[in-house]
Amino acid sequence: MKSEKKMLHCICCPLGCEITASLEDGQVVAVCGNSCPRGEKYAREELTAPQRMLTMTVRILQGKLPLLPVVSARALPKERISDCARALRRITAKAPVRAGDVIVPDLLGLGVDIVASRDMDRI
Amino acid sequence: MGEIYDVIIVGGGPAGLAAAYSAWQNGAKSILVLERDREPGGILQQCIHNGFGLHHFKEELTGPGYAQRCYDLVKDKPEISIMVDTMVLEVRPDKTVCAVSPERGRMELRGKTIVLTMGCRERTRGAIRIPGERPAGIYTAGAAQRMVNMEGYLPGHKIVILGSGDIGLIMARRMTLEGCKVQGVFEICPFSNGLTRNLVQCLDDYGIPLYLSHTITQIQGKERVTGITAARVDEHMCPVPGTDFAVDCDTVLLSVGLIPENELSRSLGIELHPLTNGPVVDQHRATSLPGIFAAGNVVHVHDLVDFVSDEAAIAGKYAALTAAGKVAVAERTLPVVTGNAVRTCVPQRLRLTDEGESVRLFMRVTKPMRRVKLVIRSGGNLILSKNLLAAKPSEMIAVDLPAGKTVGLRDDLVVAIDEEE
Amino acid sequence: MDREADVVVIGGGITGTAILAELARYDLHCVLVEKEPDIAAGTTKANSAVLHAGFDAPQGSMKARMNVAGNRLYHELQEQLDLDIQWTGSLVVATDAAEEAVLHELLARGQANGVPDLVIWDGKKVHEQEPNLSPQIRAALWAPTAGICWPFGLAIAFAENAVQNGAEILRECEVTGIRTEAGKVTAVETTAGLIRTRWVVNAAGVEADQVSQWAGDTSFSIQPRKGEYVLFDKTAQPDLVKGVIFPTPSRTSKGILVCATTHGNVFVGPNAQNIEDREDTAVTAAGMAEILNGARKLVPKIPLGAVITEFAGIRAVSSTGDFVLGFSKNVDGLVQAAGIQSPGLTSAPAIARYIAGLLVKASKAALRADYQAGRPAHPTLRTLTPAGQETLIAGDSRYGRVICRCETITEGEIVDAIHRPCGARTVDGVKRRTRAGMGRCQGGFCGPRIVQILARELKIPVSSVRKETRASYMYYDKDEMSGGNA
Repeated sequence: MKSEKKMLHCICCPLGCEITASLEDGQVVAVCGNSCPRGEKYAREELTAPQRMLTMTVRILQGKLPLLPVVSARALPKERISDCARALRRITAKAPVRAGDVIVPDLLGLGVDIVASRDMDRI
Repeated sequence: MGEIYDVIIVGGGPAGLAAAYSAWQNGAKSILVLERDREPGGILQQCIHNGFGLHHFKEELTGPGYAQRCYDLVKDKPEISIMVDTMVLEVRPDKTVCAVSPERGRMELRGKTIVLTMGCRERTRGAIRIPGERPAGIYTAGAAQRMVNMEGYLPGHKIVILGSGDIGLIMARRMTLEGCKVQGVFEICPFSNGLTRNLVQCLDDYGIPLYLSHTITQIQGKERVTGITAARVDEHMCPVPGTDFAVDCDTVLLSVGLIPENELSRSLGIELHPLTNGPVVDQHRATSLPGIFAAGNVVHVHDLVDFVSDEAAIAGKYAALTAAGKVAVAERTLPVVTGNAVRTCVPQRLRLTDEGESVRLFMRVTKPMRRVKLVIRSGGNLILSKNLLAAKPSEMIAVDLPAGKTVGLRDDLVVAIDEEE
Repeated sequence: MDREADVVVIGGGITGTAILAELARYDLHCVLVEKEPDIAAGTTKANSAVLHAGFDAPQGSMKARMNVAGNRLYHELQEQLDLDIQWTGSLVVATDAAEEAVLHELLARGQANGVPDLVIWDGKKVHEQEPNLSPQIRAALWAPTAGICWPFGLAIAFAENAVQNGAEILRECEVTGIRTEAGKVTAVETTAGLIRTRWVVNAAGVEADQVSQWAGDTSFSIQPRKGEYVLFDKTAQPDLVKGVIFPTPSRTSKGILVCATTHGNVFVGPNAQNIEDREDTAVTAAGMAEILNGARKLVPKIPLGAVITEFAGIRAVSSTGDFVLGFSKNVDGLVQAAGIQSPGLTSAPAIARYIAGLLVKASKAALRADYQAGRPAHPTLRTLTPAGQETLIAGDSRYGRVICRCETITEGEIVDAIHRPCGARTVDGVKRRTRAGMGRCQGGFCGPRIVQILARELKIPVSSVRKETRASYMYYDKDEMSGGNA
């Protein structure tokens, strides 16, 4: 049985509590240092299956501007973010586009679409 | 172009767009927004990250997404015109605005009221006097962000960032996601000015070191940056001899402060506040010149665009009401003064009628504190107190003063922090 | 690629461009070679920008003679070449009796040098003229013929006028050697090929001794001496000083000045430090402290909170103690215009006349029949009346797009800066010709836009745009990145 302690800063509110979590075999068994339940929930998620939103730009053809800002429709697994970013660096979209349009469905098979952050009219 | 607009708004970023919408909601019939960039949205268009709009739209949006929402509210209103690619050269006390654009040439536009929403600019290397050479490769973080996010070019490949405010942190992540190596973020204060969320998600996530109480003491490179020297600083923010070390890089991004862009306000002769570097305003965001209002980053640098929209909505509303002659004359003007541990507070004055008015005060503290009490007093009487779990200089605090509390106020309002537990 | 010329001028600073402009009056094929992508990229862009009256230089020296003549010539050329000069006068101030005695020495020397209208003022008159001076100041030498200028603007004006009259300027063309045969110049070797020529004018600034050595003349050496400057925001303290304030000079240096600029800024400097590395233009913390302390002694209310930028220039100090002007004594065809430190900027048109005079006499060249004085007009939106502005924009809509917000510079002006004779090819070249990027945001707003305009107008990729020097690339294509950290 592998025991370890991990420390992290909670990001839920401006207090930024320093939370210490005890893990056994990768499972969180105890959490302390948080001032509220949101902190405990955040610590558990962050330590077992951390997720991140991804925002990037992709090239866009025939648009009023050369780049289109995009955002992941939901959070992605944190450990895949770099791969996702690298994949998006190779994507080119085409104008016109409306905010929310899916630019890349199911990026890298992770079940999350990448959508346009804004409208982009044709040039 | 002989018409007189009800409201002319200088700057079409989030503040300008919110002011336009609010002016429309409050009955203005001709609203003109003047924007220098090729499209409205201001700085938000290059802030492609998310975290915007939780308060205002009850949704977490990216910067461009927030800008889109603001624009969608005004784009189909016949009463609202937006002129892009248009630079305002001068605003006169008689509320004439001189502007130029390639399409329309030189214009003299007249308004019954003006709302100033010009935003802010970045502090430069020159202003903070970093010694060393002046090669290519030194950019303010915002200018680099524009090139990366809107034009599609990288400022360099191996990056050092000075300043751990949110712009610096965001750019640390952005450059990493674009395949660059960020060598470190250097911060002269003993604490970071950025949100904890950004420290975690922009630095910790990518293993980018944060050097607190450090600064850059020299930039090297004759043609292009080749490296920097960093050093620890003491409590007076002076480099400590013997602590310097070299960092290899080809790019330096500076995130060392934002300054409200008040050239037009200065030429107008509007009273400016020495600490905010923006116009002194009352709770309607009226400046010292009748009929001229100001809101957003031009008044004081915000960290949440949601507050910018709220503030600009106030300015837009009262500009519209003033244009229609519907604003009651104030009986009293009360200065709002900062007390212990409060650095700035906007509005800096209240113009009150006997009926009183609910007012939201926006303030910043001088240092990070936990579990303190914000107190508002007038003539020694406690008007309002609010417990704060945590307060940081980098996070603007909003406090609502209900209308009832403003009735009968006679003495200066003092906003302060009580530090005893 | 081999070329032929009658005269090759080495160095595109104030000296080289002034000489080229003077030579361009004559029927001579002249080529100026400059190693950087633009002219005025060296000391010409980093100096006190003062047109000295001429009392400082030793009596009988070339410095004195050229200074006084040059000052007079600028008065004449100002309108013709549309030079940005203001004749503000200068004050050398004294705080005690010993310094006052020096003022009297300077007065006598100035009069002997031929400087008109010098007079010593008492403290009261000094403070009437310049109310912000330190109360310690009790007297000053007033020189009404001194002025302030836009130094690289002068070089640019000379260059445009020269090119207009058929002279050639080759930029990014570095001299690597000088060929001689039997003690006579035959050609100049450059990174862009060989230029066969009868005459070489050595205006190579800090490198002039190296160029001279290549030709076989080792009669002087250059000691580079760095000077740092600090520039302040215009609004910080309007009219802090009206003109040029000098302290009483020391033996080696005129001292740390406080000056107005022709655009309403205030700047202070320089200090003086001998250096080894001829390309060391780094500004130092100690240097800035020294300058600011020195400046505060003259003007206590220097607005320290309103610094815009700092920079440094390198003086080319000759071992001979004076300008090195004229034919080389042992190399036929080599003409020296070297050791041009202060008062080099002021002396330039006089040095140009002198050098050109020698060359014209030796070559028996005739005046050009189609010579045009002056240079092309460069309209600026901000200086026009409303009606003028409307006409300008109607003629070219790019004059209606303001790119540099701080200084109100339009796209039309930037495009003109690029396409004019000897036009800008770099971001700093645009800056020098238009002022775009010189304001308080230091290019934060306009910088990305200027880069794109340069790319568009020069038909080069954005990633090929440079800031100033040959390899000073600004931005990189995203596609170039392979691997990296993410």
